[in-house]
Amino acid sequence: MGRGRRFAREVLEEPGVAAGAAGPCSRPHTPRLHCAAAGKKTACTGRHEASGCAAMKCVVVGGNVKVLGKAVHALSRIGDELYLEPTENGLSLRAVNSSRSAYACFLFAPLFFQLYEAGGPDAHGELFRCKILMKTFLAIFRSLPSLEKTVSKCLISLNPRASRLVVQLHCKYGVTKTHNLSFQECELLQAIFDKQLCTSTLCASARVLVDAVVHFPVTLAEVTLGVGPSGKVSLRNYVDEETEPSKTMVTELCLSEDEFQDVRVPQETQITFCLKEFRGLLSFAESSNLPLSIHFDTPGRPAVFSLEDPLLEVHLVLATLADSSASSQAQTANGACHKRVPDEDFAADDLESYMIAMETTTGDEGAEPPPSPTFPMRCPSPATALEAERSTLDSDKDEDEDGAVPGTPPQKKFRSLFFGSVLIQAQARAHPTPSQEVLAEDSEGEC
Amino acid sequence: MRFRAKILDVACLNHFTRVINTIAKLAKTCTLRLTPDKLYFILTDKVANGGVSMWCELSQGNFFDEFQMEGVAAEHNEIYLELTPENLSRALKTAQNAKTVKIKLTNKHCPCLTVAVELPSLASSSRIVTHDIPVAVIPRRLWNDFKEPSVPDFDVSIYLPVLKTMKSVVERMKNLSNSIVIEANLNGEMNLKIETDLVSVTTHFKDLGNPPWVSDGDSQNSTQDRDPETMAEARVDIKKLQQLLAGQQVNPTKALCNIVSKRIVHFILLHEDVYLQYFIPALA
Repeated sequence: MGRGRRFAREVLEEPGVAAGAAGPCSRPHTPRLHCAAAGKKTACTGRHEASGCAAMKCVVVGGNVKVLGKAVHALSRIGDELYLEPTENGLSLRAVNSSRSAYACFLFAPLFFQLYEAGGPDAHGELFRCKILMKTFLAIFRSLPSLEKTVSKCLISLNPRASRLVVQLHCKYGVTKTHNLSFQECELLQAIFDKQLCTSTLCASARVLVDAVVHFPVTLAEVTLGVGPSGKVSLRNYVDEETEPSKTMVTELCLSEDEFQDVRVPQETQITFCLKEFRGLLSFAESSNLPLSIHFDTPGRPAVFSLEDPLLEVHLVLATLADSSASSQAQTANGACHKRVPDEDFAADDLESYMIAMETTTGDEGAEPPPSPTFPMRCPSPATALEAERSTLDSDKDEDEDGAVPGTPPQKKFRSLFFGSVLIQAQARAHPTPSQEVLAEDSEGEC
Repeated sequence: MRFRAKILDVACLNHFTRVINTIAKLAKTCTLRLTPDKLYFILTDKVANGGVSMWCELSQGNFFDEFQMEGVAAEHNEIYLELTPENLSRALKTAQNAKTVKIKLTNKHCPCLTVAVELPSLASSSRIVTHDIPVAVIPRRLWNDFKEPSVPDFDVSIYLPVLKTMKSVVERMKNLSNSIVIEANLNGEMNLKIETDLVSVTTHFKDLGNPPWVSDGDSQNSTQDRDPETMAEARVDIKKLQQLLAGQQVNPTKALCNIVSKRIVHFILLHEDVYLQYFIPALA
């Protein structure tokens, strides 16, 4: 696994891989890859005809078929499209939700497969990647019990020249089900996050978290995870500001520190995130029996949920609510929140509410991410920014941050990003710090 | 006004949960009346309910190991709360293996019935789940609205058939018609009828038995004079009947209904220590 990672970095650090016609590929290959063109398991000489590049081929056998199926189920809770990318580190399956507030990535190491051929790069030196309708892919793995009972082998292959991704299930009694899926070429889907930057970590067995989450109704949208003094961990259903408090039932669960394998939370924090997307990962975690780690920071910064295993790495990145009313207690309890915030952005900020830099396009990337209804991509003009700041200064209570910012699309909590003085600072500099990003395309980062 | 109660016994907890689940199926919001000895779930016959009304009575001693309450005043030692039973049902749903369940009246952001469930856990300390269910306190001047309904002057009283059978019959009929006719006579015969343009279906039940009512005055005479073959009937909303039957998770000890011809059908279900009355008005 470590070796694979090293290669990945090398690959990514060579952004401008030589485009062009057939010729020796300039990118490094792991000798492990079976070069179909060569027809035998020799060390790769690095020479490939672009058109003769090996196609992707992965074979999953035995119990791993069900694991793959469960991964697809978990991803289906996130988004409508499955991004599939064979890399030298393994096969990655990713999904992102429409509001770009949730991103999940399952990376299956080559050892997970009975046979793993990532295939070579195409004429432009680009590795193959595609996206498929989630509905279609999920339909193949729909019934997990029948996957377990009847499917002995699953083959996923692609011929770059064909326009179909082939998923073939070899079942009992000599039955073979072949699915030819149409796909779309796509850009790299990569969330920027760094677990090392997160100040707080919780690690627990999936069972503990499943038992905790069962007390909340299935339809509950958001949940607040809090860590209090003496390591007490609480989960509470999040009640919208707009909902009448006298009409909503509030459920709170307290877990003690000893239920967790690891609690490293330097100070009291509360983060609010979407439960529905988390549940998908939880049910995968439960069946895999792996401990689940939660890495988080201050409210508004994304939380990373991960599972790790020699054969599989799973990451779920969820945006958290930058809700001043939820975090105000944490703030008044200790002003340390502010300490961690980079001075450059908040030096002039004297507003109580927690401000998070919005997701912006990074100037250095050529491509602008598509405008998202959730994270506005364009910086409002300085005039509106000032207006926003003024109106929020005027409001005493924790008013809807959305209301303070003119022109923001209505009512979706996780994009209630506050534009205030951050913007003015941001405009002052050429490129906002990339670490503020929650999601972006075409960017480097760890998966 | 104070209220605290605790359930320690698993069987009591399961039973209480079943009662709450039944109530939740019958009413979206209802009134909970607390007295030192009993709990009542009451639904009055407002137009919003479609004219149905409900009276459910439980003895607290059969469920709670501890029960303390202080009403609004010494001479009116009762508490009336309006709540959504579905919330209570949800809170109890995942509490079935709890060590203890405490219910108390609290004042958080608004008056709440707080259900605190202590669950077993692998760690040294138990896991606690609290549910704050918002309630509304009903002032004393409105208490008269929630009096126990009197048994109507019925034409026929009859024991119900096995509820499971009745439920499956009514469920299938629900697909065909919006209303159902319940008719019965003093010979222990009951029919459930639906009639539409395309089809009419009748299910006949026999040998059900008629409960012996001891009443005074004219009503007794009228039932005695009544021809045992004559059916008393009422046409009711089939959904209301189906809700009542669907809420019955266990077959009651006693189940009967009183029919006031073309006016109202009055159901009485007695399950061990829980006494439920449910009125469905006849459709015009």
